[in-house]
Amino acid sequence: MLLKDRGNIAVVTGLGSATYDVAAAGDHARNYYLWGAMGSSVTVGLGLALARSDLDVVVVTGDGEMLMGLGALATIGVKQPENLTIVVLDNGYYGETGMQVSHAGAGCDMTGVAKACGLAQAITIATKDELNAAVPLLRQRGSTRFLRLLIKADEPPRVMPSRDGVEIKLRFQNAIGAQTA
Amino acid sequence: MNTLAVAPVDTDSTDRDPKSWQDGIFQTLKSNAIELVGYVPDAGHSSVITQCRADEAITDVVLTTEEEGIGLCAGAWLGGKRSVLLMQSSGVGNCVNAFSLQQITRFPLVIIVTMRGEYAEFNPWQVPMGSITEQTLKLSGFMTYRANEPAEAVELTQAAIDMAFGSSIATSVLLSQRLIGRKKWVRK
Repeated sequence: MLLKDRGNIAVVTGLGSATYDVAAAGDHARNYYLWGAMGSSVTVGLGLALARSDLDVVVVTGDGEMLMGLGALATIGVKQPENLTIVVLDNGYYGETGMQVSHAGAGCDMTGVAKACGLAQAITIATKDELNAAVPLLRQRGSTRFLRLLIKADEPPRVMPSRDGVEIKLRFQNAIGAQTA
Repeated sequence: MNTLAVAPVDTDSTDRDPKSWQDGIFQTLKSNAIELVGYVPDAGHSSVITQCRADEAITDVVLTTEEEGIGLCAGAWLGGKRSVLLMQSSGVGNCVNAFSLQQITRFPLVIIVTMRGEYAEFNPWQVPMGSITEQTLKLSGFMTYRANEPAEAVELTQAAIDMAFGSSIATSVLLSQRLIGRKKWVRK
């Protein structure tokens, strides 16, 4: 729903369900899927946002992956790239490893963490109406956005995108016209 | 490598002034169109960090842990920007799993590493990571260059940038503790 009318938005996904969920919303040349390097999705998004200020960059990750790179929120708080939005799909569990309760599920409020790191536009989204209202934020400028989406802890069928990192990288770079020569 | 440098000590050489080879490294970043520099604050890199922060053409990103720098550089290259990471040898250990990002997606990655725990070190806590830094990088697929002399620092930085951006591989320059630390930790 968040990516339905995504246009030219560039999306970086965190390993696990976020990668499958973004693929399920429709494979796209402007998707950069991570299948590993846990904790790195938001820093990849940061590097991309800083390198290409003309792009709208959206990181979509899960609560577990975000927790592993929590310090990066402080790093992003310092730079505040205005073309970056971080979306955390928070079901409160480590879904990939057998549904163990995550720190988010145990009470860690990542919206509060993001705010404390200087991301003034950090909000928690719990309803479909709130989600609809948040869609324009993906293209907003001003300061980095942090959206914590509270989602159901179910397991829809997985859509698995390519695991070939070089292929995904080159496809993405071609799509955004990255100058790498 | 867990070896000590054994070359003759030349304490009076003026070109050992850290400022001169650090300036050389910064100039090498500039002449190679490096536009993004990620770092965790470090005494050995302090002059380069200060110059990067003052340079309007360079985006400097201070990191809470070196691991963040691997994603940062991957993302910068996705967008077509050339970047370099500055870290201390201990930071290499913080990056290990993130290095898989470079091996799997093959992007140019250059890390300049100030060494600790290998030469006239006063803090034993620096030794465990310092003594396996080069091996860790090699095991993680990096080509490693070691600078023991001031003149080597610039040449090897250039070589590391040439290799990384020419071949989309990971390279690192180890600035030896003998090069960095002589004035502070020299034994009388």
